[in-house]
Amino acid sequence: MKSKLWQFAFLLFTAIGFSQSVTVSGKVYDSSTNTPLGGATVLLNKAGVASSAADGSFTVSNVAVGSTLTFSFYGYSSQEFVVSKNETITISLKQDNKAIEEVVVVGYGSQKKKDVTGAVGYISTKTIEQLKPIKIEQALQGTLAGVTVTSDSGAPGAGFSVLIRGIQSNGNNSPLYIVDGNISDPSILNPSDIESINVLKDAQASIYGVRGANGVVIIKTKNGKKNTKSNISYNSYIGQQETTKKLNLLNATEYALLLNESYANGGQVLPYPNVSNLGRGTDWQNEVFSNKAPIVSNDINFSGGTDKITYAMSGSHIKQDGIVGLDKSGFNRSTASLSLGVDVTKKLKVQTNVNYTFLNRKSLSENNLGAPLFNAINTPSTISPFNSTGDFSLVPSTPGFGIEVINPLAQIANTHNDYNIKRISGAFGLDYSIIPDLVLSTKIGFNTSNSEGKSFSKIVNYGGGKVFNVDRSSVNQNAINDNSYVFDLYLTYKKNIKNHNFTGTLGTSNSKEWGNGLFATGFDIPNNSWEFADISLANGLPTAKNIGSYVYDERLNSYFARIQYDYDGKYLLSGIARRDSSTKFGPDNAVAYFLSATGGWILSKEKFLENIESINQMKLRASLGTLGNDKIGTNRYLGLLDGEATYVFNNMLVNGFTIGKLPNPGLKWETAKKFDVGLDVKLFNNQLDITTDYFIESRLDLLIEGLPVSGIVGASAPGGASPVVNAGSTQNKGFEFSIGYNKKLNDNLSFSVNSNFTTIDNVVTKVSDSRGIIESGSFGVGQPLISRMEEGQSIGYFYGLQADGIFQNQAEINAHPSQTGLGSATSPGDIRFKDINGDGVININDRTNVGSPLPEFTLGFNTTINYKNVDFTAYSYASVGNDMVRNYERTLSDLNRLDYVLDRWTGEGTSNTVPRVTTGATNNNLFSSYFVEDASFFRIQNIQLGYSLGNKFLKNYGINKLRFYASINNVHTFTKYRGFDPAATNGAPIATAIGGGIDYGFYPTPRTYMFGLNLNF
Amino acid sequence: MKKYIFITTIFASVIITALSCSDDFIDREVQYSIDSENYFNSEQDYKDALIGAYDLLHASFMNVLVGEIASDNTLSGGESANDVVGIQQIDEMNHSPVNTNLKNIWDWMFAGVQRCNYILEFKDKTDFSGKNQIIAETRYLRAYYHFELVKWFGGIPLNGDKRFKVGDEKTIPRSSVSEVYASIESDLLYAIDNLSPTAPQVGRVTKGAAQALLGKTYLYQNKFSQAAAVLDQVITSNSYTLVSNYNTIFENNNENNSESVFEIQYSDAEGAGFGCLQCSEGNVAVGFNGIRNYSGPFFDGGYSFNVPTQASYDAYEVGDNRRDVAILNIVTWAAANNASYGEGYKHTGFFNRKYLARQGDSNIGDQNLTNPNNYRAIRYADVLLMAAEAFNRSGNDVKARTYLNLVRRRAFGDNNHDISASGAALTDFIWAERKLELMGEGHRFFDLVRTNQAATSITGFVSGKHDLFPIPFEEIQFSNGNWQQNPNY
Repeated sequence: MKSKLWQFAFLLFTAIGFSQSVTVSGKVYDSSTNTPLGGATVLLNKAGVASSAADGSFTVSNVAVGSTLTFSFYGYSSQEFVVSKNETITISLKQDNKAIEEVVVVGYGSQKKKDVTGAVGYISTKTIEQLKPIKIEQALQGTLAGVTVTSDSGAPGAGFSVLIRGIQSNGNNSPLYIVDGNISDPSILNPSDIESINVLKDAQASIYGVRGANGVVIIKTKNGKKNTKSNISYNSYIGQQETTKKLNLLNATEYALLLNESYANGGQVLPYPNVSNLGRGTDWQNEVFSNKAPIVSNDINFSGGTDKITYAMSGSHIKQDGIVGLDKSGFNRSTASLSLGVDVTKKLKVQTNVNYTFLNRKSLSENNLGAPLFNAINTPSTISPFNSTGDFSLVPSTPGFGIEVINPLAQIANTHNDYNIKRISGAFGLDYSIIPDLVLSTKIGFNTSNSEGKSFSKIVNYGGGKVFNVDRSSVNQNAINDNSYVFDLYLTYKKNIKNHNFTGTLGTSNSKEWGNGLFATGFDIPNNSWEFADISLANGLPTAKNIGSYVYDERLNSYFARIQYDYDGKYLLSGIARRDSSTKFGPDNAVAYFLSATGGWILSKEKFLENIESINQMKLRASLGTLGNDKIGTNRYLGLLDGEATYVFNNMLVNGFTIGKLPNPGLKWETAKKFDVGLDVKLFNNQLDITTDYFIESRLDLLIEGLPVSGIVGASAPGGASPVVNAGSTQNKGFEFSIGYNKKLNDNLSFSVNSNFTTIDNVVTKVSDSRGIIESGSFGVGQPLISRMEEGQSIGYFYGLQADGIFQNQAEINAHPSQTGLGSATSPGDIRFKDINGDGVININDRTNVGSPLPEFTLGFNTTINYKNVDFTAYSYASVGNDMVRNYERTLSDLNRLDYVLDRWTGEGTSNTVPRVTTGATNNNLFSSYFVEDASFFRIQNIQLGYSLGNKFLKNYGINKLRFYASINNVHTFTKYRGFDPAATNGAPIATAIGGGIDYGFYPTPRTYMFGLNLNF
Repeated sequence: MKKYIFITTIFASVIITALSCSDDFIDREVQYSIDSENYFNSEQDYKDALIGAYDLLHASFMNVLVGEIASDNTLSGGESANDVVGIQQIDEMNHSPVNTNLKNIWDWMFAGVQRCNYILEFKDKTDFSGKNQIIAETRYLRAYYHFELVKWFGGIPLNGDKRFKVGDEKTIPRSSVSEVYASIESDLLYAIDNLSPTAPQVGRVTKGAAQALLGKTYLYQNKFSQAAAVLDQVITSNSYTLVSNYNTIFENNNENNSESVFEIQYSDAEGAGFGCLQCSEGNVAVGFNGIRNYSGPFFDGGYSFNVPTQASYDAYEVGDNRRDVAILNIVTWAAANNASYGEGYKHTGFFNRKYLARQGDSNIGDQNLTNPNNYRAIRYADVLLMAAEAFNRSGNDVKARTYLNLVRRRAFGDNNHDISASGAALTDFIWAERKLELMGEGHRFFDLVRTNQAATSITGFVSGKHDLFPIPFEEIQFSNGNWQQNPNY
């Protein structure tokens, strides 16, 4: 039908009097490799008239002399050719990464980048190749404005937290991930399988309705291209890792001298009357950190396509040891993937892909009181790691050493914590052209995973009264099965009438997540050994209720509609509507509607700018809309008998049933209202690319779990919980700016520079419980919680006493309001606290805002230089204004300290910042601004130098590309922060936004030196 | 063109069908769960819910621990002045409404009340023989929780046989102390009428336990003749006898002994963590009482809270066998047994020996939180002393002396230490005896308050203020003006 129309059109043209028609044929090549390009499109008057075959050849007949043929190919700059006669021509297309970016996936469809009216961030496969992330989230670290990525830990395989435009919810802030159209966790995929990552930051994501409020990350995996010969690429690297930082701790002599002073101040006998032969003692950090932790990665990729079929296959393996405990915190991952697209008929296209991952991870206790790194910091350097018999030495069991501090080497050796997950995920979809312009698309995406965890605690004695002593061995095992599927069905209709262009999308989506878990513990492991640690061999009593399980089944039913309209590519408008119903809410509130509108104005197409050559594109855009969030536990609108009812009758545990988590039948959706206005500008032959956005986002009806309620309702009973309540709101206002400049100076030298800047101002606008405060985040031992969510403040700010220098003498103490209300007497050399409430005494009511874990701004900076066969890249990012709480010091009399205590107060005028040391009771260890540090940092994330061998040499071996490179990841971090890793965080966004930024001794992200190669056939 | 219209129509109908089958998709059953409002359909349902009501007795370890520290028997201890600030402040009698431990007691005891009322709310739903026994146990437990609450906080909100719901704190007022006691008495009278003298299972409530608690309730209200009458019923029932050797009462192999009128049953069979102390099936107070950094025989270690004072140690007469059972002199013990230990905050050299961790339990982690030592909530010796006081203060000194001297003869192993005083002097002897007999068991503070001796005995105690603990600050805020704070806080 189509061809008939064309014939008719040509006849018409001919009839009107283009007297001469000619035939043009030829071949299309890649300009750099001189390989034929199959599947390139030949356009005449914006309409496709032919495409090149696999050998690059094409023929266009009946072309009027004087008309222009346009040759275009995905990923290449288009080229034009003016027809003058019958001839055979050669077209060389140049690769253009900018051209690859032209299409942006916006959810249930894609859009040309120039038509996009929302705030969208984009990462290409090139960035991923350069950064060499071990997990996909790392590719977003510092590369996109408005996106912050923090690690929970530097341990191999540890999770990352991705925030899009900051923290909004007090609960789960993690974005929605869509992998090849399927809702799926991307964190265990192989990053080299990724083709592109799109981040939808604003109301444009409301096509995802209830799941879009935290932003949407759309990931596309690699697929073959039509009419390309098969491509084989092999990538490999080996590397070595080390810690980026060791804390400045006291050596044995410094420690002993300090202890003597401290004991003297406490009126006690000197513990080290003779310090002369102590020397430097043990450097526990050297003992614990390995500077030779290996990492090895290999992956191989096959892709290609004919005119009807595209395919890609890949396999990968990575093995990484930890810088703490090597294999004890090791990680390995194997993946396999297959992607296949077939044009079954002209009208019917099918696309399927499947990913398989097997991942194994071992882990140590981290970021808590008594974790190995915490113990490496606190164990005195006077203790040697091993005693005279070669066994691990013991940290003394006296109160000055605490009951949590034990020999970290022994602790690592005795830890056995194993986890593995096997997941298969993928999607099957088809597109069917019902009539021209109308396409029906349907897709089923699925995930199914099984994970197993096992931890063994062996019989061990670290000395009298230590909390990690184990008198009976036990093994704890769990098996978890998680599944999900998404079924999408939608129609896309495109219509152009003169300059009016419409695209309409209408569809439905169903999704279901379900699964179950089983837990069990067995006691008395034969031989007290990991090799025998399995429940099948654990015959010790009690065999009673050391087992547990859970099931869940959550569903979402959705309808959506979107209309996109533009007038002559100049004025763009779109509207989105979505209706969701969810099992998370009771029947009365199950349904929610989300709406958004976006608009764009291509200024550069207006007459007043059209002729300014330096402006290639200028677009003003705005979006406004609502989105939702339903990330809460299951069945919280229902009262279930899920409380713990366990008592002892006849000296045996008996179990019953009782009320548990309190229901809230009136629970409803959390709503986000997002507004964004942005300007995109391309200047000077597209060399300079600027994107700026200003946004205001309000989150209303926050779903707050664990909001305190009166004790009379029994929420604190075992297995009980407060109801989830819609009880708060927050607002984020922010500004994003990104700029890129790339320039080809000559055939040998080109470079690009990209930078982005983001500032977000977060404020809690409402907490609607009677106290108006939600607290979390612990500090020290037995102290009140230190993180708060409170109206008028930023979320999760630190609440403590305000230190105001050091008391230099008794007269100063006498002149100051009494601090005895804090629990201990005050002496010269102690911290002076401010009387915040002005009541003339200092007590717990004088706490105030002493800092915030949220940064004032973040920025990213990266550069690439290519000179002949040499390439160089560097990535860096920074975070400024975020605070961190120093909580890795046990602050007991006999434990080791950081060397800043050498600057302590020792007499009048000696210090106004660091208090005296003493074994006596002081208020100095109460949480105050003294423990809050500025954790601003600038990190050079990656530098890489590569060399590609010359083409001529390689051709003889059938090799397209062979590149060797050397790279350093996590090169250096500039910071004043004293702890291991200012870029680490805990809490947000997975667990809770409140309680982040408290440092128990984060496992630092390692510095990795690597050497690798890329080989393409 | 017709073909397109046809195809479009077909696909449109597919879409419309997909749209209309719609929200049925989210209409699914909640798997493997029981709806709390459709329960109590069988005898077993009631029995299972009753276990839930018993469960919160475990959480009363906090009442015993903090109550003892509040008294003049012991000091706070712990690691440092900032170790569990709430406990430190109560020891110093400078506690305020902001106090995590007081909040725990409020929350956990009300959680117990709530679980009892869950059963009572549905008490008429299903009938079966023996239901009265279950309802009687439930009402005893509610009385027990209410009695703890009224002792600590004075008047509290009551809601009859219904659960509290969120928002009730803004509308239901605090009942007066006498109204709370009236509710407790009514529950216990029902329990006495419907409970058997012997429990169907060890650990469940008996008639004697209900009578003893009722007697204690009367005593706290100075209703001496009523107290004397009901306590005498416990004594004359001959269901209980004093364990001849005081030294064995508190050992784990002598739980639920002949002297045990009501005992809270703990177990070491399940692990526990600091994240949920009230979830532990073990006696958490025992780990808190434990000897810091202990290494040696017989005992296990702990956190060195609740350390007896020198004065408490010295209060025992020569020949009183109870001193070395109630109080461990760690210096002597360490020297004799080659043991080592650490000195925590406010170290006195003494530990609360009755409730120290013993070696030999399963030591499931966190082993300091899973000690199986049962709490002897109401001992027969306590019943005798309460009866002695009730008789003495209602004019029957003969019976009072008889009961008092039963306790003393066991303590000294002879009749030479019998008390022969009468009237007010006898009252003083009985009170002094309560301190010595019940040392470390959490009763002392409330005895001092109810007998108006607290101000003279406890440093920092202010009459008219510290007689009651403050309602937790958060609760006053939740109530939005509905509840007034206790006087002078």
